[in-house]
Amino acid sequence: MIAPAVRVSDLCCVISGRRILDSVSVEIGAGSRTSILGPNGAGKTTLLKCLMRIVRASGGKIEIMGEDLGNYSQRRLARRIGYVSQNIVGEIPFAVEEFVLLGRYPHLSPFSNVGKEDRAIAAKALESTETSHLSGRMFETLSGGERQMVLIAAVLAQGAEILLLDEPATFLDPRHASQVDRILEDLNRRRGLTVISVTHDVNNAILAGDGVVVLKSGSVLYSGEPSAMAGSGVLEEAFGKAFIYGRHPVTGDLITIPDAIRK
Amino acid sequence: MTDKKAWLVLFIAAISVAILVSAPFFGVERITPGMALRDGISGVKADIFWNIRVPRIIAAFVAGAALALSGMTFQAMFRNPLATPFTLGVSSGAAFGATLYIHLGAPFLVLGIPGQSLSAFAWAVAAILLVYGLTRARRGFSTATMLVSGVAVNFLFSSVILFMQYVSDFDNSFRMVRWLMGGFEIVGYEPVYSLAAFVVPGSLIVFMSLKELNLFTLGEDIAAGRGMNVDRVRALLFFATSLMVGGVVAVCGPIGFIGMMSPHICRLFTGANHRYLAPATVMFGGAFLVFCDTIARTLIAPAEIPVGVITALLGGPFFLWLLVAGFSEAGLAGKNRFAGRGRHGGGKG
Repeated sequence: MIAPAVRVSDLCCVISGRRILDSVSVEIGAGSRTSILGPNGAGKTTLLKCLMRIVRASGGKIEIMGEDLGNYSQRRLARRIGYVSQNIVGEIPFAVEEFVLLGRYPHLSPFSNVGKEDRAIAAKALESTETSHLSGRMFETLSGGERQMVLIAAVLAQGAEILLLDEPATFLDPRHASQVDRILEDLNRRRGLTVISVTHDVNNAILAGDGVVVLKSGSVLYSGEPSAMAGSGVLEEAFGKAFIYGRHPVTGDLITIPDAIRK
Repeated sequence: MTDKKAWLVLFIAAISVAILVSAPFFGVERITPGMALRDGISGVKADIFWNIRVPRIIAAFVAGAALALSGMTFQAMFRNPLATPFTLGVSSGAAFGATLYIHLGAPFLVLGIPGQSLSAFAWAVAAILLVYGLTRARRGFSTATMLVSGVAVNFLFSSVILFMQYVSDFDNSFRMVRWLMGGFEIVGYEPVYSLAAFVVPGSLIVFMSLKELNLFTLGEDIAAGRGMNVDRVRALLFFATSLMVGGVVAVCGPIGFIGMMSPHICRLFTGANHRYLAPATVMFGGAFLVFCDTIARTLIAPAEIPVGVITALLGGPFFLWLLVAGFSEAGLAGKNRFAGRGRHGGGKG
C-alpha cells in the first residue's frame, strides 16, 4: 500500500497559552486533492504551518510520506512540501524570476549558486502557472491574481510533491479564482502532486476534491468523501449557519450556498 | 540586467578603492603621490605615512565595512531599513562592555585577543538577545515594538555607562568620554589586528549566508517554507553581527549611522539581492568611513574632530529623511532607481 502523503495523529498545538489544535487526526492520500474547510479561527492555517514546521506542534505525531516529521531537516522537508501562505506580509523586493529562483534554495549547497539548470526549472515553473511573461516584472507590481500564480510557481521550482495552499483564491475575482483552480487541477491530475488547500469555497471543495477535512475550534469535525459531507449537517454545525442544497441547472452536480434567509 | 548590477557593484568598488588609495595623502604633513613615486618616502614622513596614516585608514575601512555589513544583515533579518546596530541597541551594548572593561581597569588577553573586544562582543550579544526577546514577547512582530525596545535598551546601557563614568577616576573617565565619541587615533598595526580578529570571521559568516539573507527578506514563514532553518540561521547571524559590532566598537568606539546609511544607499543601486548588495555595501561602508575620518582629521587640523561626530551629523538628517519619506519610498525594495528595473506602483506597503 502507498503511504499517505500526510498522516497526522493526535496533533496538538498551543500558541501563547491558547490551544489552537486539539488532538487532530487526519490522513491525506498521496496524489489526492483535499480541501480544508472551517470557520475563521478553526486552526486551518495552523495545521498547514505545523506540517511545514513553521509552527512547532506541542504534541502528537506528523508523518510526511510515511516518515516522521522529526526525521526531516527543514531543507529536505522543503523538497517534499511547498507552502503558499495566505497573505504576503511586507514587501517582496525582488523581480519575479529572482523570487522564483529563491525556491531553488533547498537544492543548493551552502557554497553553490543558482545555475543554468535551476534557471530552466524556474522558467518551467513559471510556464506551468502561465506567468512566463511576468518574469522580468517586480513582484510588487503584480496584481493579486498574478501574485498567487507566481507564489505557486515558486513552490513548483522548489520541487515539492505536496502543495499546501492557504486560501489561494479567496481574494481573487472569479476569473482569476478559476484560473488558480484550473492550474491546481492540472498539477494534481497530470503531475500527480498532492494538493491540500484551505478554502472557504464549499462548492469547489465538493466538486474538485477527492477529500474534505472540516475543522472547528481546533478539532476535526469531518474527514472523508466530499459527496458524503453535503447534506449531512456537517457544514451547518461547522459554520453555525443554514445551507441550501440543489443541483446545478446545467451539469446536474450537487451545489450548495449559505442560506440568506434562514439563519 | 544581472550584468548591469555586477557593473554597478564594480563601479562602487572602483570609487571605494580610489578613496582608499588617495586618503593617506591628505593630512597636515604634506606627502604627495609624486613624492612617493619619485624618491620614495623616508624619515619622519615615512613613519607618519606607514605607521600612522595607513593603519588608521585600514582600521577605518575595516570598521566601516563591518558596521555596514551588520546593518545590512539586521535590515534583512528584521525587514526594516531602520534596523541597524545602533537603533537595535547592539552598539550601546558593546559600548557598555568596553566601558565596563575600562572601568575595571584590569587588562587581560585571551588567546592574544584584547579583553576590551571580548567584553564588547559579550555585551553586544546580550543586547541583541534582549531586544529580540522583548520584540518577540509581544504577540506578532511589530516594527514599533522593535524600535522602542532598541531605544529602551540604548537608554539603559547609556545610563549605566554614564554612571560608570561618574564613579571612575579622572583618568578613566576621560578615556571613556574620548573613546565614546568614536575615532581612529591609532598608531601601528596592533588595533588593526584586533579589529580583523573579530571582523574577518563575522563577515565570512555573513558572506556565506547571502542566500539566507535573501530568504529573510521574504519573511520568516516563507523562508522556513523554502527549507531554511530560521532559528539556526538567525542565531548564527546574531553571533556574526555581534562579533563585528563588538570588535569595532571596542577599538573605535560606537560610530553611528554607517550601518544604516551604507546598505540603504547601495540598495538603491543594486536592488535587494544580497549577492550584489553585500559586496557593494562592504566597499561603500568602508570607503565612506575612510572619507569621514579623512574629513575628521583634516578639517580643523592639527586638531581632530571625533569621526563619530561627522557620521552623526550626516546620519541624523538621513535617518529623519527615512522616517519622513516612509517605507513606501525608501523601503527594502530600494526601487532599483539606477538598475532600470520595472516601475513600482505607488502607495504600496
